[in-house]
Amino acid sequence: MKGGLTPDQVHKIARLANLILTSEEVEKFAPQLSAILEFVSKLQKIPTKDVIPTSQVNGLENVYREDEIDKSRMLTQEDALANAPATHNGFFKVKAVFGE
Amino acid sequence: MDIFALTIEQALEGYRAKKFTAVDVVKTCLENVRKYNKEYNVLLTVRDEDELIKEAKSVDYSKPLAGIPVVLKDLFSTNLLRTTGGAKIIDTYVPRYDATVVRKLKESGAIIIGKANEDAWGHGSSGENSDFGPTRNAYNKNHVAGGSSSGSGVAVALGMCLFGTGTDTGGSIRMPAAYNNLVGLKPTYGRVSRYGILAMASSLDTIGHVTKTVGDNALVLSITAGKDPLDATTDTQPVARASFKRSDLKGLKIGVSPEYLAIGKQATPGMDEKLEAVTETALKELEKLGATIVTVNLPNTQPALATYYVLVPSEISSNLGRYDGVRFGHTRETFGGEAKRRMMIGTYALSSGYYDAYYKTGQKVRTLVRTDFTKAFESVDAIFAPVSPYPAPKIGDFSQDPLAVYLSDIYTVPINLAGVAALGLPAGFIGDLPVGIQLIGPQWSEERLYEIGFAYEQETQWYKRKPNIEGSHPSEAHGYI
Repeated sequence: MKGGLTPDQVHKIARLANLILTSEEVEKFAPQLSAILEFVSKLQKIPTKDVIPTSQVNGLENVYREDEIDKSRMLTQEDALANAPATHNGFFKVKAVFGE
Repeated sequence: MDIFALTIEQALEGYRAKKFTAVDVVKTCLENVRKYNKEYNVLLTVRDEDELIKEAKSVDYSKPLAGIPVVLKDLFSTNLLRTTGGAKIIDTYVPRYDATVVRKLKESGAIIIGKANEDAWGHGSSGENSDFGPTRNAYNKNHVAGGSSSGSGVAVALGMCLFGTGTDTGGSIRMPAAYNNLVGLKPTYGRVSRYGILAMASSLDTIGHVTKTVGDNALVLSITAGKDPLDATTDTQPVARASFKRSDLKGLKIGVSPEYLAIGKQATPGMDEKLEAVTETALKELEKLGATIVTVNLPNTQPALATYYVLVPSEISSNLGRYDGVRFGHTRETFGGEAKRRMMIGTYALSSGYYDAYYKTGQKVRTLVRTDFTKAFESVDAIFAPVSPYPAPKIGDFSQDPLAVYLSDIYTVPINLAGVAALGLPAGFIGDLPVGIQLIGPQWSEERLYEIGFAYEQETQWYKRKPNIEGSHPSEAHGYI
């Protein structure tokens, strides 16, 4: 990370993260994110060519369960909708994703 | 009954001997909630008093945690009890099911007093990243509580409960334990089910608790640990209760890593010299108890912190990507600053063109960090280290510099990367501020850590020093301390 992130780059990353930032936030975050990225970039200097990556640590493999419906864990429709800010006829209400 | 000194084991004994009842203990905890909660900002949700008294009256005293009051970190889903994760974006969320650990605690007779403040989503080591404001340190209210399980620690220290649950992804149980003179367990990854606990970084999240003593801590783990079909990472490893017969440490080898100490000093130039003296004294105590102190090498400690701050934000950006305000909560602009920062760092590290340089490299260095620990445990039974490079900082001291806060995690995060166990223990004071140490053991070594911790605790008895809160509440606190 050389030279730090520009406001445009911060906006682009925010969009990728599904966040909308105010211009004040962009101004605040740009130097902070740049400093953090510069710090973590140190990693790239460590020789890791033949090292196998670790994605989990306890060595368990292929932990399956029976492919059966566990009714004790099912929420009722009422419970599933109980916290929703907007519902319609027993469904979650979401914003339209397609244009006219 | 002095609630500030009362341990779980003593409470259970008091119930058996009919010296007092669960109603007495719960009422005393609620009294402390009334006295201290507003000022110290400890609990975000407190259950209805009448409901709690009713529950305390109908306790089945045959259960292992019968009538023991607990507060839960607000990341633990609780059926019909608000669960915010310390984040305003879900401040109205009321789950319709219990986390596995919550179910187990309820079944064992524990009484849930309320939900504890924390750094939002677990993102932080001071408690200052809570969207509901920082929790104050029980021993000096101008200082941070330590995080992210900030309210859980302070609630125990201020007598609002007898133990608190927490999560530890990079130090979040050990930090508040160290800053509030408590015992905190970061269990082996996979030891305790994560089901129903709001996820931070799924490959590192562990579920533990803070207590006053080592004995209490082992008792709680015997309830929470074990295989859970609802969390595929949990293991069938047996959970033995430590016997606590050991009064010395003869024959045990405890490792100290010069890299660890040197790098801590380098990364945090403010490392307190007094803190160094306290930890040296602690090491001498262990030696006095018969342990042999051996030098071990952990050469990848320095890169561990950078690795952590690549892998964790990456996993966070994925886990927090799900919050859309459709099923519960508010829309995404409601996220706090630290959550936004971490999501953006993670998104960057995972994005096309950067993935290999950041995330994949991080995973490879994680292998090197793990190997360091595996090799070290070939020659020692446990490793000794400080928890934090300094005692609890003043509230606000680091708030403008997120990176400076990250650096204070140097001693705690390598343990999470390796997936091993660590037990945080009280080790003394600098002025009125507590200092903690940690004993790190291999995977599934909790029993051994408890045995060592118990011998050390018996020798030092730091847990007996209670917060000096009389000054701030001269009239009200009288009679309780």
